[in-house]
Amino acid sequence: MNITIDGIQYEIKKNTTILQACKDAGINIPTLCHDERLNPSSSCRLCLVEVEGTKNPVTSCSTMVRDNMVVNTKSKDVIKARKDVLNLIISNHPMECLTCDKSGNCKLQDYSYEYGVAEGTFKGAKRTPKTDTSNPFYDYDARKCILCGLCVRVCDELQGTAAIGIENRGFDAVVTTPYNEGLINSKCVSCGNCVSVCPVGALSPKRQKYRYWENKKIRTTCSYCGVGCQMDLVVKGDKVVDVEPAKDALNNGLLCVKGKFAYKFINHPDRLKTPLIKINGRFEEATWDEAYRYIRKKVNELKPEYGADSFAGLTSARCTNEENYLFQKLFRAVIGTNNVDHCARL
Amino acid sequence: MGCRKVLTLERLQQIRKEHRPILEARVGEAGNADINEDGSIVLNGDYYKKQVRIALKNCGIINPLMIEDYIAVDGYSALANILFNKSSGEIIDDMMASNLRGRGGAGFPTGRKWNEAFKYDADQKFMICNADEGDPGAFMDRSILENDPHSVLEGMAIGGYAVGADKGFIYVRAEYPIAVKRLRTAIEQAKELGILGNNILGTGFSFDIELRLGSGAFVCGEGTALIESIEGKRGMPRTKIHRTAHKGLWQKPTIINNVETYANVPVIFQKGVDWFRSIGTEKSPGTKVFSLVGKVQNAGLVEVPMGTPLREIVYDIGGGVQDGKGFKAVQTGGPSGGCIPAHLIDTPVDFESLGKIGSIMGSGGMVVMDEDTCMVDVARFFLEFTVDESCGKCVPCREGTKRMLEILERIVSGHGEDGDIELMEDLSETISKASLCGLGQTASNPVVTTIKYFRDEYEAHINEKKCPSGSCRPLIKYFITEACIGCTRCAKSCPVDSCITGKVKERHVINQDVCIKCGTCYEVCPVKPVKAVVKG
Ligand SMILES: Cc1cc2nc3c(=O)[nH]c(=O)nc-3n(C[C@H](O)[C@H](O)[C@H](O)COP(=O)(O)O)c2cc1C
Ligand code: SF4
Ligand code: SF4
Ligand code: SF4
Ligand code: FES
Repeated sequence: MNITIDGIQYEIKKNTTILQACKDAGINIPTLCHDERLNPSSSCRLCLVEVEGTKNPVTSCSTMVRDNMVVNTKSKDVIKARKDVLNLIISNHPMECLTCDKSGNCKLQDYSYEYGVAEGTFKGAKRTPKTDTSNPFYDYDARKCILCGLCVRVCDELQGTAAIGIENRGFDAVVTTPYNEGLINSKCVSCGNCVSVCPVGALSPKRQKYRYWENKKIRTTCSYCGVGCQMDLVVKGDKVVDVEPAKDALNNGLLCVKGKFAYKFINHPDRLKTPLIKINGRFEEATWDEAYRYIRKKVNELKPEYGADSFAGLTSARCTNEENYLFQKLFRAVIGTNNVDHCARL
Repeated sequence: MGCRKVLTLERLQQIRKEHRPILEARVGEAGNADINEDGSIVLNGDYYKKQVRIALKNCGIINPLMIEDYIAVDGYSALANILFNKSSGEIIDDMMASNLRGRGGAGFPTGRKWNEAFKYDADQKFMICNADEGDPGAFMDRSILENDPHSVLEGMAIGGYAVGADKGFIYVRAEYPIAVKRLRTAIEQAKELGILGNNILGTGFSFDIELRLGSGAFVCGEGTALIESIEGKRGMPRTKIHRTAHKGLWQKPTIINNVETYANVPVIFQKGVDWFRSIGTEKSPGTKVFSLVGKVQNAGLVEVPMGTPLREIVYDIGGGVQDGKGFKAVQTGGPSGGCIPAHLIDTPVDFESLGKIGSIMGSGGMVVMDEDTCMVDVARFFLEFTVDESCGKCVPCREGTKRMLEILERIVSGHGEDGDIELMEDLSETISKASLCGLGQTASNPVVTTIKYFRDEYEAHINEKKCPSGSCRPLIKYFITEACIGCTRCAKSCPVDSCITGKVKERHVINQDVCIKCGTCYEVCPVKPVKAVVKG
C-alpha cells in the first residue's frame, strides 16, 4: 500500500498500524499506552496524527494504514494536542523526579523534555494518594500513576493472572486489586511483568538505589529453569542491582518472579562459591578437583561393601537438560543405581 | 418444548380480530383516546393534538402487559409480513431508503449500519438494544419500554432477520425497574406465543432476546462500553479499530440501536417507506421524541416531526415559560448538547440545523431556561455531570474536563481570572479533538455554546464578580436601602445570628461578613412597590 507520511511516500504492508509504519520509516511518535504485544487501548492520546480527510486527529497506535492515506505527524494541531495531553498528565503528577527511582528511564520525563513541558499549568486537585507496598518485590504509588493501563493489560493478556484492575471512574480512577485488599492478598504471582511495562515510576521494584545513567546492562540467559528467558542484568559497579526482561527474545519481554526479582543471591554473603566437603563433622571449602576426587574415592570404597543402591544423586532444575542427562547417566550406567532425582519434584 | 404448537399466521390474525373489539371497548370507556377512521387510536387533548406520534403511538393506549393488546394495534404484523414476503436484502434496501437515523444521539443511518453487518460473513451475529438512557432528565426510552415494550422486540426481530442474527440483548438500566419487569413479561409472552424463539411462524427464522442490566454508569450507554459491559468487563469504550457491525459483541458482527430507533422500525414496515419519508425533513425523516423539561409550563414527552421549529415545541406544545418569566435559552442534547439562545428559537429541530448552531439532537433532552438561569452555572452543572461520569480511560477527558470544571467553579464562586474564558476555549479544543469516545468529544459543548452565546455573562462573573441572573450565590449581595421602614421582619427571619441589625422604625443593616445569602430578608421585606432589600 502506498501512503504518504510527512510528505514522503512509503510502500507499507496491509494490516499495519500508522504507528508501525512511522516506526519503519524512522519517524518517532510518542506513545505512553502502547505495547505491540497487547491489544491497543488508545487511552493516552499522545500518538495522535493527522490523516487527511478525517475531522479529528486519529491515534496512530490503533489506526490501520489505508491505500493512498496522507498522514501528517507534525502538524501544528497535533503538536498542540500532544503538548496539552502532557500538560494535563503533568498537572496531576507529583514533581518528584529528583528522588524518583525511574528518573532517567521515564517516558513521561522524556516526552516532557522533548515537547518542552516544564510544569503542569493546571493548578487544582491531584489524584488521591494511595500506595500498596504489601508485595515483597515491588510497590505501587498511585500518585505517580498515569493510568496508561499497561500493567492491567499485561497481567491479563500476557501473564494471564488478571490480578489487578481499575477501580472508580474518571478523575478518581486508580489501579487496584479486587476489593482493595492489597497485592499480597490478591492473585498476584509477583512476576513483575507489570513493573517492567510501567512507563513511569508508579510501579517500581523494591531495590537498592541507583541511577539509570550509572549502570551497564548485560544480556544473559536466566539460569533458573530450562526455558532460556533472555534478560538484561542491570549492573552498578560490580553488583547486579536490577533485572529487565529482553523484548527481542523468545520470552517476549516477560519473566517470572524468579527471573525478575530473585537476583539478590548473586551478591549475597551466604552464597556458596565452591564445593564443600565435610571434614570432622564440619563443611570445609574445597576445589572442584578435590570434590570429584573425593566422590570417586568414596564410591570405589563403599560400593563393594554396601552395593550400588546405597548411593543417591540429587540434581537441580537450574542445570541444563544436557547436564541433567549426564548426571542420571553417571548414576545409572557408571554407579549402577536408579536412585537419582531432581529438585523440581520437591 | 416439542409439544408446543407452532404459531401460524392465521392464529396471529385471529388473535388480532378477537382482541381488537376488546381494546376498542376499553379505550372508549377510558375516554382518553379517539379511534380514527383509519383505525389508528390517538390520545386526545391539546397537548397531544399538536404531536405526531410514531414511536410513542401506543403509549398510554395499550396495556403493555398484554401481548394481545399490541397485536390488536397491528403489532407483529410487520414482522409476520416480512418473514413470509421479504428477503433480508429487501429489508436492508427498505431501511436504507427510509433513511431512518439513529435516535440514540449520533443520527447514524440505521439502514447503512444494518447493511454493514448484513454483508459481513460470520457464524453468529447479534442485535443489541441500547436502553441505558443516561441523559439526566431524559425519559423517552423509558416511556417506550414501560408502555410499549413489544414494539422494541418487534423492531429487534426485524433487524435480526435482516442482518442474519438470531440473538438479541436489551441492555437496560437497573434504575428502570418497571421497564425491566415489563420487558421480562413481554419477552415471556412473546416466547410463549411463539413470535420469539425457534422457528418463528414456521418460517425457519429463530430469534431470541435476553435482558442485561446496566448499573448506572452513563458511559455504558456508549456502544462499545456497553458491549464490554455485556461481556462482563469494566464498562469502558473501545478504541475503534473495527466497526461494531463487523466485530462487536464477542468479536461478532453486532448491531446496536437505540430503543426509539427500534420502535420506529415496525411502523416503517407497516406503513411503508414513502409514508415515513413524507414526515419530517429530507435529511432527517420521521419524528423525534423529546423530553421537554425545565422552566416550561407543560413539561412532558413530545413527539414531533423532525424540522419542527423550536418555538413550536416550547410555546405551542410546551405552553411557554413558567410563571410568565422571560425565555432565555433551551438546552438540547443532554450533557453533550449545547445551549440555544432566544434569538435562535426559530431553528428547525433536526440533526443538521442543531449541529450548525453548535448543539446536537442527542437523544432528545430539551431543557427550557428562563431569565433567572445563569448560563455559566448551567455549563458548570452539565460539566459536573460529565466529570462524574467520565470513565477515566483517556487523558483529555479524565484530566481535561476536571480542569475545565475547576475553572468554571472558580468563576461562579467569584474567583474567575482574566484569561479564563480563553483558557477554556483552548482546552475544549483538545478535549473535543483528542478524546477517545463521544463523552469526552462532546463534553465541552455546553461550555463552548454558552461562551459563544452568553459571553457577556462570563465576563460579568469574571470582571465585575457579578452574576447577571442573580443565581450564583457567592456573587450575590443583599443590601437594605433607605426605603427601609424598620419593621424588623427581616432581622427576625434571618437564620444567622446578629447578621441583620437595626432599631425598630430605623433603617436596618446587613453584615456582609456573616450573611449566607439565603435571600430570606428579600422574601419577607414588605415594602412596596419596590422592596427595601435589594439583590445585587
Ligand atoms: C457517553 C455516551 C452515552 C450514550 N448513551 C446512550 C444511551 O443512553 N442510549 C442510547 O441509545 N445511545 C447512547 N449513546 C449512543 C450510542 O453510542 C450509540 O450511538 C447508539 O446507541 C446507536 O443507536 P442508534 O443508531 O439507534 O442511535 C451514547 C453515546 C455516548 C458517547
Ligand atoms: S506481578 Fe505479575 S501477577 Fe502480579 S500484578 Fe503484576 S503482572 Fe500481575
Ligand atoms: S501503574 Fe504504571 S503501568 Fe500501571 S497504569 Fe499506572 S502508569 Fe500505567
Ligand atoms: S472520552 Fe471520557 S468517557 Fe470516553 S473513553 Fe475517554 S475518559 Fe472514558
Ligand atoms: S499510544 Fe496511542 S493512544 Fe496511547
